Amino acid sequence: MLWKTDPTFYPSPKLAMQAPVEKLAYVAALNASGGSQPDALVVVDVDHESDKYGQIVGRVDMPNVGDELHHFGWNACSSALCPYAPHPHVERRYLIVPGLRSSRIHVIDTKDNPKKPKIVKVIEPKDVAERTGYSRPHTIHCGPDGIYLSALGSPSGDGPGGIFALDHYNFEPLGRWEVDRGPQYFGYDFAWHLGHDIAVTSEWGTPNMVENGVNPELLLGGKYGHSLHIWDLRKRRHLQSLDLGAEQQMVLELRAAHDPTKAYGFVGVVTSLKDLSSSIWLWHRPNGASNGGSNGKFEIKKVIEIPAEPAEASQLPPLLQGFKAVPPLLTDINLSLDDRFLYASCWGTGEMRQYDVSDPFNPKLIGSVHVGGIVRRASHPAKPGEPLNGGPQMVEISRDGRRVYFTNSLYAAWDKQFYPDGIRGWMVKLDVAEDGGIQLDRSLFTEFGDLRPHQVKLQGGDASSDFYCYP
Amino acid sequence: MTHNWPWVALALLGAYHGLNPAMGWLFALALGLQEKRRSAVIGALLPIALGHAAAITVAILALRFVQHFLPVNILKWGVALILFTLGVYRLFRANHPRGAGMRVGGRDLFVWSFLMASAHGAGLMLLPVLMAQPMSVMTHSMAGGMPLTPLSLSAPSLSATTIGLAVLIHTASMLAVAGVLAVVFFETYEKVGLRLLRHTWLNFDLLWAIALLVAGCLVLFF
Repeated sequence: MLWKTDPTFYPSPKLAMQAPVEKLAYVAALNASGGSQPDALVVVDVDHESDKYGQIVGRVDMPNVGDELHHFGWNACSSALCPYAPHPHVERRYLIVPGLRSSRIHVIDTKDNPKKPKIVKVIEPKDVAERTGYSRPHTIHCGPDGIYLSALGSPSGDGPGGIFALDHYNFEPLGRWEVDRGPQYFGYDFAWHLGHDIAVTSEWGTPNMVENGVNPELLLGGKYGHSLHIWDLRKRRHLQSLDLGAEQQMVLELRAAHDPTKAYGFVGVVTSLKDLSSSIWLWHRPNGASNGGSNGKFEIKKVIEIPAEPAEASQLPPLLQGFKAVPPLLTDINLSLDDRFLYASCWGTGEMRQYDVSDPFNPKLIGSVHVGGIVRRASHPAKPGEPLNGGPQMVEISRDGRRVYFTNSLYAAWDKQFYPDGIRGWMVKLDVAEDGGIQLDRSLFTEFGDLRPHQVKLQGGDASSDFYCYP
Repeated sequence: MTHNWPWVALALLGAYHGLNPAMGWLFALALGLQEKRRSAVIGALLPIALGHAAAITVAILALRFVQHFLPVNILKWGVALILFTLGVYRLFRANHPRGAGMRVGGRDLFVWSFLMASAHGAGLMLLPVLMAQPMSVMTHSMAGGMPLTPLSLSAPSLSATTIGLAVLIHTASMLAVAGVLAVVFFETYEKVGLRLLRHTWLNFDLLWAIALLVAGCLVLFF
């Protein structure tokens, strides 16, 4: 209980950009040592003044083996300032860390010693299944009235995937969120336009479709998710489906405009069956942000296409040899708090791209950096000449937009298909010039060894941790 | 003059409720910023004030109803107990209204404000004032009746005029404070933004719980 608002809560994204520079990064890491060691939440020192800059300074091992830590998030954030349910005196203190494979949810307290967080509660998969009907929790967002998680499917491993909430105070699962899910069946990511009472969800596949690796038959048949869903956030009802077409396979990361008066956002598509390209699409409400009302229909439009690169079959893993090309495999995107720069992780080609999206309909490619890649194996300036595997994957942006962190592992079963030689985990950082342009920070190259790092969350918040109710 | 203190107390409590962001000024401000119109701020404040007034009225009418059955001493203990329970509960836990959002019309705001005020015990907080002797005395002298002796065993029940005036004074004061706050924040938004909000937002949940506990004590003294 605090007397004043948690200093890491900001009413608007504009104010959040003035936040102090982060000193620690929390990284979810998968243990790839063959099922005998637990996954861990790792703490990396990112304080430039520190003599341990870029080093792992803390680690919490999970109590069980095989969770597959993936995405995670804070218990509370700036949305606690939202005017209709204002409770600004909760603290951004606990990390909610689910196992994507085990469906076990860990609550980790970072307050007493931020470098040595402690597990304070474990919600067992059985409780999640019984109370919500869901399993395989994925994305976590701290909402104005609870902690929300998306789930890939049901306990049996089929659909539907959906959203459920945890109580803000005791973290108990509260039940499924949807009142009317309409035609929605697949789940993956979700995002909100809090100023418009709109939720958006995306589609990967059911647990049975993804847990044994990407299934080429399903993929070539266009069976993975290829739609977005628009929801009424208040009534918890499905409003509209936006189908990108069956050739657009796996519609994953959603990045909604941070400005709550705007009703647009970007979504990344992993691959097109036509030419293995990846793409980024813009969802938007044509009638304008403020006058659309709940009747305003959304539209979706492709605004970025990233082509596959030609390659020799001998350079490719078996899954790709027939295509003679390496697909970009866009697996994550992220949007800076001023809604100005969009980052795109090309996990296949080993490229991180920066786009200027000041005009969201006409993104401009303004920066590119290569690290790793299926064929490229680009090295990092900290270790010139050493080929790296994995590629830019989960990407996180500091609140001021000047630093970008990314890691190289995707999902154990898929890592094996695309990087059969076994991913060696790393995290790197980009410095961003004020008006765009990116370069690798030579002094930050964090090696994880057998651990495979996935999502990064910055201490105090980052560009994907908070939603805002004020412009 | 000393007989007027309950009215002053009602107005001050109104101002206090108006100050609490959870009672609506912040909501009105956010809606104004979302729409980028000052009229949206004003338009939101009215249903919020009406919802607040309705919640207060319900609490007072409930008191009046119970006054018919219960002797004043038992009533005092009853009200004190309710205030204490709510105060202690709110010290440890705050609930969120569910199903609220930013795309709301007048009716939604009325209901939201009614629920927020009721759940926070805004009306209950006024009861000690309304149960105080001077107000009952004043009621009777205003109505031309005989002043009651302090020794009377049953609580004097509140007249419709008193209730009406109490709700009006309280709500007007609440609306004035909420209105000033919302409009000032709205007008200074371009220059100062919402920086002030971060630094000035005291923990009203805690203050509120304490106020309920204090009200619970006071009711026993009058």
